[in-house]
Amino acid sequence: MSGMEMSNLTIETLDRMFADKKRFDSRGLLDLRNIEVTYDVSDKAEGSARIKMGKTDVVVGIKLQVGEPYPDSPEKGNLMVSGDLLPLASPRFESGPPGFEAIELPRLVDRAIRESGMIKFEDLVIEKGKVWTIIIDIYPINDDGNLIDASTICALAALKSAVFPEIDKEGKIDYEKKTDKKLPLSKDILPLSFSFFKLGNSIILDPTREEEEACESRVTFGISKWNSQYMLNSCQKKGEAPFTSEEIEKIMEIITKKFDEVSKKLKNFL
Amino acid sequence: MSKEYKRSDGRKNNQLRPIVAKVGIIPNADGSAMFAFGGTIAIAAVYGPRQLHPQHMQNPSTGILRCNYDLLSFSVYDRKKPGPSRRSNEISKVTEWALAPALDLKEFPAQVVDVQIYILQADAGTRTAGINAASMALAHAGLPMKDLICSVAVGKNDKHLIVDLTKEEEDYEEGEGATDFAMAKLANHDELTLLQMDGKIQPNIVKDALKLGSEACKEVYEAQKKALKEVVNGGEEK
Repeated sequence: MSGMEMSNLTIETLDRMFADKKRFDSRGLLDLRNIEVTYDVSDKAEGSARIKMGKTDVVVGIKLQVGEPYPDSPEKGNLMVSGDLLPLASPRFESGPPGFEAIELPRLVDRAIRESGMIKFEDLVIEKGKVWTIIIDIYPINDDGNLIDASTICALAALKSAVFPEIDKEGKIDYEKKTDKKLPLSKDILPLSFSFFKLGNSIILDPTREEEEACESRVTFGISKWNSQYMLNSCQKKGEAPFTSEEIEKIMEIITKKFDEVSKKLKNFL
Repeated sequence: MSKEYKRSDGRKNNQLRPIVAKVGIIPNADGSAMFAFGGTIAIAAVYGPRQLHPQHMQNPSTGILRCNYDLLSFSVYDRKKPGPSRRSNEISKVTEWALAPALDLKEFPAQVVDVQIYILQADAGTRTAGINAASMALAHAGLPMKDLICSVAVGKNDKHLIVDLTKEEEDYEEGEGATDFAMAKLANHDELTLLQMDGKIQPNIVKDALKLGSEACKEVYEAQKKALKEVVNGGEEK
């Protein structure tokens, strides 16, 4: 859908294969690649994680800063999500001002996490007018598609691993000394993101970069469980090709099953 | 779907704010329009088809659509710093995708149609008002279109599905809180061209939300058609 050189021949072939429920790597259209999460990318960060989904490889670090609350939420801490598509990770990425993809990625991760209620922002207040800001920084190391879904899982893992640094007597943060106090996260809320890609009349999950490029549009949903019900927390469509309401209904049936499947898989890692 | 929810401004669940739609508001433009949902006012101008610069963006097989959305600095209580932001960049792009399926620019190879959307006054639903204005402006410019694009926000306050949320409703915090689900569709086709949401909504009621939105889109469509016809009949047509 953006950037990579793609021959019409490849697109036609993929279109035909998807219609026959086939993929180059022999997965079913809705099958996910293997997920592997590891920790401690950097001991300088308050928390960090790395995810591999097939050849897609993303690292996420958490830094904590002390700052002022936003005027419209004086009783709450802050969350900031940023990301950089480094030229390191793909010949598609170029240095310079961020393109749409680089803007969209952290925004979608932010919305999926923030709207789920996983972070208890009111527990990030240190004293009146002084709160913690959680900063999530996302860097793909190797891009082989589906960066948004991978980054969301990686951000979760990094958040869960993070601990507060010490604050000394003058109120300054001592990043070299870590406490064993974890971030105020709800144990029961696990926000995930699922991006559904459309080519012709086929819908696939977890595309490789090549598949993703061939697809005509995408719709990403953030989903979690809240009071033991499935809850969609965010949604964004990308690309020109429309979705029919029938397709969205089908996606709603798939997404809860996929949510359970991935949640179960992640229990080994989180 | 709960029917008896009392909204802060007294509207019914499925009731839009008063719509104002006007075509031909910017004489310099090839097409222009304003669209308002209550206190949210959007204006849009279309320039083109015209030569596309930079040249490397030209597509020899078709013309392209390029959208720019932004808030005027004084359209919100806390002054918005002029110039593009990450938010406005994202909305510009999703607006482009929302509108493109209605247009056929194959007859204009290597050219561009520029759509400029600005918000004069914001009370939630700015992207949907902007898309509605832009869709009318494109039609006003006389471009080949297979349909108009209609856009509304559906959403939730706690468990109640509602349409066309105000800022106050977007900030609702009780129960399941506020959900804002912006959608756009081709007026006479079941083709959804914008889907953007945040909040809390159960997957099994998305169907109801889309249905509510599609119904509301019919009302938007009538307002758009009426405004376009006024210009044609009033002899103001460019």
